[in-house]
Amino acid sequence: MSRLGDMVLKVRSKNAGPFWLTVDIFCGTPDAYAQVCASVTGDRVAALFKVSPDTVDRYEMASLNVVKFSLPRPAVQGTREDRDMHGASFAALVAELDV
Amino acid sequence: MVKVLIPSGALGLGYDRAALARGISERPDIIAIDGGSTDSGPHYLGTGTSKYARGSTKAEWRELMQARAEAGVPLVIGTAGTCGANSAVDWLAEITREIAGELGMTLKLAVLKSGQRPDAMIDALGQGKISPLSPAPDISEDVLASCSNIVALAGAEQIQAALETGADIVIAGRTTDTAIISALPLARGCHAGAAWHGAKIGECGALATTAPNSGTILVEFDAEGFTITPMGAAARATAHTVSAHMLYENSNPNILYEPGGHLDVTHAVYTALDDKRVRVTGSEWVVSDRYTVKLEGARLAGFQTVSLVTVRDPRYVANIRAWCDDIVTKATEKARARVGEDFEIELRVIGLDATLGALDTDAQVGTEVGVLALITAPTEALSRDVAKVLNPYLLHHPLTEDEEMPTFAFPFSPPEMSRGAVYEFCLNHVLELDDPMEAFSLTVEDLGA
Repeated sequence: MSRLGDMVLKVRSKNAGPFWLTVDIFCGTPDAYAQVCASVTGDRVAALFKVSPDTVDRYEMASLNVVKFSLPRPAVQGTREDRDMHGASFAALVAELDV
Repeated sequence: MVKVLIPSGALGLGYDRAALARGISERPDIIAIDGGSTDSGPHYLGTGTSKYARGSTKAEWRELMQARAEAGVPLVIGTAGTCGANSAVDWLAEITREIAGELGMTLKLAVLKSGQRPDAMIDALGQGKISPLSPAPDISEDVLASCSNIVALAGAEQIQAALETGADIVIAGRTTDTAIISALPLARGCHAGAAWHGAKIGECGALATTAPNSGTILVEFDAEGFTITPMGAAARATAHTVSAHMLYENSNPNILYEPGGHLDVTHAVYTALDDKRVRVTGSEWVVSDRYTVKLEGARLAGFQTVSLVTVRDPRYVANIRAWCDDIVTKATEKARARVGEDFEIELRVIGLDATLGALDTDAQVGTEVGVLALITAPTEALSRDVAKVLNPYLLHHPLTEDEEMPTFAFPFSPPEMSRGAVYEFCLNHVLELDDPMEAFSLTVEDLGA
């Protein structure tokens, strides 16, 4: 078992507008992509963000070796509750998943 | 064939001058650059101001105006002044007049405004013309009336109307990132799917290449597809860098909603023409049955005062959460008794979980921590007063009652800093229009004439 961040090229998170967060896992190789597809489920990402799985969209993009997740932002961008204006730090949380 | 030159991802970000010069030598039909987005937060739309320094904006805009004059083609900027509110458009228009005067330029300037009057939006809400996207905050007449700025995101039709005036320069308020790029190819009959897809790939400049900081790219549109060519000497577009850009800041990597329809790239084919250029075909544009434009709005969310204290004592560092919780309870109680009722005190522990909060379940504390205090209240005076009630706790609060009074480290005097008014985004909705121009205004002026 290894940490997701150690076995892929990059995990990136960004705002997709003020209301959405999107997380891109660039796996780098078809092997890593296959492992990530099998292991990193929408349910696991939902648990990480403490939200219902039906709020998390998941995309598998074999041609890019990318698995992508999009979900409503944990706090709307720039509200009093928001801690990260550009949403880039949530990637660290996902990168710490065990695969 | 229509060639669109994109100098960089946004005015104010900078670009490689040699790459821009190479782009001009390619004889583009139009130069298009983005001026902003919501990504820097609600302050800019709330206040109708730009995040970049006037001097930086003026320096880059001057170079682009000179490049435009050399190429003899239109220069278009969308989402002027970071937020695209009317006041930000006026700000850039004033800079443009100044530069034209300084350089002795004669040109026609078209100004497209995207600002919406709250009363018109209240009417539209009553007529059922405003619909929520997901997730949308609840809205009401009061919410719309409380917005300091509401903008509608213009699409290709509104930019085309501005170009049809024969303008040399178009300064547009809030637009979609893509519309300034797709407008001319669409007007000249290029493939609609390619026009929007190429625009999405190009909207961040060279970000879709191997050298993101080189800035400038050229996108050539035709009847079947588009070709992307980076202008930076070392930059290369590859099938991977181009197709991966659909992921960027986009919740659905295959679909992009725009006024009047959506782009679907599910069946797009990316072909490397050589080691620098990529050709894309197979993108589809799907026309919608209603013409809608997205709305953005920001309103006052109170006034905030912040303070920062650092804690180095190992016992306090080890018990920092309990220390903070105790302070919030006691300071809240005292401030309610002494200065007012309606406020929030929040303490974030920098060095533990200030970035991710409760999601950071395995966070570990280090040698020292910073405690960032955020005090939010409906008035500036109350937020400052509450901060002053809080201050003695941050300075001296003991973990237990029977110990000598500790003292913690403030980097500043005074220890509290006013952030002034704070704003929040309060719309994630679309507005239905009968005519694309109905929510936008277009004016034309001749400079240096």
